[in-house]
Amino acid sequence: MFAYYLDLALRSLKRNKVLTSLMILALALGIGATITTLTVLRLLSGDPLPQKSAQLFYPQVDPNAKDGYIAGQTKPDSIMTYPDAMNLLHAHRGTHQAAMALTQAKVMPKQANARPFFSDAVMTTSDFFAMFDAPFQYGGGWTAADDDGRAQLVVIAGFLNDKLFAGANSVGRMIRIDDHDMRISGVLKPWAPQPRFYAQDLGGRSYGDGDAVFLPLQTARAMEMGPQDTECYAAVPDIRHLETAPCEWLGVWVELHGDEAVAGYRTFLDGYVKQQVALGRFQRSETSLLDLMGWLRQEQVVPDDVRLQAGLAFGFLLICVVNTVGLLLAKCLRRSPEIGVRRALGATRREIFTQFMVEAGIVGLAGGVLGLLFAELGLLGIRHQPAQYASLAHLDASMFLFTFVVALVASLVAGILPAWRACVLAPAPQLKAA
Amino acid sequence: MEIRPIFASLRKHRIPALLIVLEIALACAVLCNAVFMISQRVSDIGLPSAIDEQGLVSVTLRGTDDKLVASEIPRNLAALRGIAGVQQAAITSSLPLSTNNWGWSFGVNPDSVIANQKNINVSLYFIGENGDKALGLHVLQGRFFNGDELADSKFDTAPLPETHAVVMTHAAAENFWPGQSALGKTIYSKPYYYTVVGVVEDVLRPNVSTTNTRKSYDAVYFPMSAAGSKGALSYYILRGAPQDRDRIMREAEQKLAELNPGAVAKGQTYMDIREKYFANMSSMAWMLVLVCVVMLAVTAFGIVGLTSFWVGQRRRQIGIRRAVGATRGHIMQYFQTENFLLSTAGVALGMVLAFGINIYLMQHYEMSRMPWYYLPGGALALWLLGQASVFGPAQKAASVPPVVATRSV
Repeated sequence: MFAYYLDLALRSLKRNKVLTSLMILALALGIGATITTLTVLRLLSGDPLPQKSAQLFYPQVDPNAKDGYIAGQTKPDSIMTYPDAMNLLHAHRGTHQAAMALTQAKVMPKQANARPFFSDAVMTTSDFFAMFDAPFQYGGGWTAADDDGRAQLVVIAGFLNDKLFAGANSVGRMIRIDDHDMRISGVLKPWAPQPRFYAQDLGGRSYGDGDAVFLPLQTARAMEMGPQDTECYAAVPDIRHLETAPCEWLGVWVELHGDEAVAGYRTFLDGYVKQQVALGRFQRSETSLLDLMGWLRQEQVVPDDVRLQAGLAFGFLLICVVNTVGLLLAKCLRRSPEIGVRRALGATRREIFTQFMVEAGIVGLAGGVLGLLFAELGLLGIRHQPAQYASLAHLDASMFLFTFVVALVASLVAGILPAWRACVLAPAPQLKAA
Repeated sequence: MEIRPIFASLRKHRIPALLIVLEIALACAVLCNAVFMISQRVSDIGLPSAIDEQGLVSVTLRGTDDKLVASEIPRNLAALRGIAGVQQAAITSSLPLSTNNWGWSFGVNPDSVIANQKNINVSLYFIGENGDKALGLHVLQGRFFNGDELADSKFDTAPLPETHAVVMTHAAAENFWPGQSALGKTIYSKPYYYTVVGVVEDVLRPNVSTTNTRKSYDAVYFPMSAAGSKGALSYYILRGAPQDRDRIMREAEQKLAELNPGAVAKGQTYMDIREKYFANMSSMAWMLVLVCVVMLAVTAFGIVGLTSFWVGQRRRQIGIRRAVGATRGHIMQYFQTENFLLSTAGVALGMVLAFGINIYLMQHYEMSRMPWYYLPGGALALWLLGQASVFGPAQKAASVPPVVATRSV
């Protein structure tokens, strides 16, 4: 029976080629736009570390002056001072904890006549790699003792290793960074979490390539490397000594396993802040401990424009569906005499309904295939955009399938009304008119 | 034109009529909001900035040794002035729209400290000799820095300069002292204070706020000597004729790279900096334009499709009307009026929807209220679209010969 409906549907669609192609084209445009924007939206709002994100937490405290503070409403600051970061780190309350700031490292290649270049760098502490599951190709990170001893060690990304050492195992070799010779302790495999969650509010971009250089925080500071972003909340007598200045410039992450550990850390953090208030260092006692995804949500890491585009594409799809409903209805009402004949010959209402739904489904599938093409075109366009995330915009298997789901759902929803109108037609008047 | 028969006929085709109304309403709602978003972006992209954007070239030099800049900066500037076509060369700490922001907040009372809520946050530009001429700043009141101020200003250990002279934009002056002349007045961030010696025409900050353009111009200039700059000065700016800027940019970058083998020189024309800053915004605007065009096309096709179907269905009625004396014009008018009525219902619903969407967007996104005239504007666009789409089918209807009435009875 289904094959018969298919045959009928194809015949009917072929009868009016212009109308059919218009329907398919409109649906495909709506689907193409929707899938393109949804792919980008999904990509940007994704989980950067799916296996780990539930265990990673971002503590926040607020060293600002009382002025403008509303208890219970003012959110704590997004980054931390050096003393606070170090106090939290040295408390060792989490499985892992690390403080970090972004910087730019001047890398001087060894080759003769080579020009120096700047690379994105992270100054951080030893737990960074284990906590974030950063995978090593060669070697490993540094130890807590190296942190304290300001060891001249550095971890570099695979792409920098390719550039400087042609991809060879460079562990133990020297690299010249900011006019200092540093020993390479490890080389990372390609690692670029999207969004670049650990860089939020530290003055870096949220998406795109991974960082090239990772160095121990205190080593980097001893080399006078400065953070990308510094927020000061009181008069600064000496900006060179950021460690003692009333300025925030570090992000701290802790790894906590289980609700108990999280609750414990919350208590610890509140206790720490109360203690700082008692000491007179703090005036505000608000704290926050968001998990990774919660932090990204609060930061509204997904650009507004991307969400607006997705909304707009949905609106557009809706218009395309309404359009398809109209055109399908026109087609089916025009075939009233034919329906009358079929009904008179014994076709049930259900059969007529199914026949028209099959027709709508075919339009949907064709729209899906063409829509996929439009989506690929749209993503190609996005890859040529100047946005940070441009190079990431690719259709994956699940979005590929989702395209057809959207196409079928859209066309079947569009087909219900025309099919219903067709099946409730009384056969007699149609036969008379014919 | 009698519209009662049209109503009667529409009542018989309630569903197709409703669909057209719905489609027009949705299109109107999306169109109004999309066009509003486009216009917002276009106005942001075109934010004026009173510097010579056309002739300006910037070369950043980073990774220099702070201890050597006292001699290197004058040497580099002298070399840059030797490039053919360079009218002015100077050094500064940052440029409008460069995203390299150095912000600080000041108050107008001597006891203002940085944490005061009433302070005004401004972007700081530090600038060397001839910087005003190289940028092409327009001094509105007072003067730019004199030689002594430029030579004496330096950084000690604090992030604020050891000087007492400041030049601010007109917008910043208005924000500090609304309705008063800023000249001779002082801004404070304890223990530092600076007296306004000049007011310049509005220059954008390194980052602009797109929601509050009033704040996009809160910038101040401080004098800075090469010797005391401690690495704060890294933007070499050159001014030449617009047609020379690409060549000047390449030559300047090369010259600075040669002179400073240990540092990284990167040249950009100012037009590139501006374009890069607004690149995301302009691609969003183009995408919105594309969606609007495609959406209008789809809507038009929908109207053409449904009206054609109606015409096909009513061939006999049309024939009868023609046979009893209706002219082609009458038939045309009939379909045009019908479309006008449907469009009117559509845009009425659409304007309400558009308004609702705008309210929703205002609550959830950085969006301002849509000016009222976008609503009638969108309505007019869809009326015209409806009339244009109905023209073809209506003409087809008008060409139905009266003899059709006598056939197939």
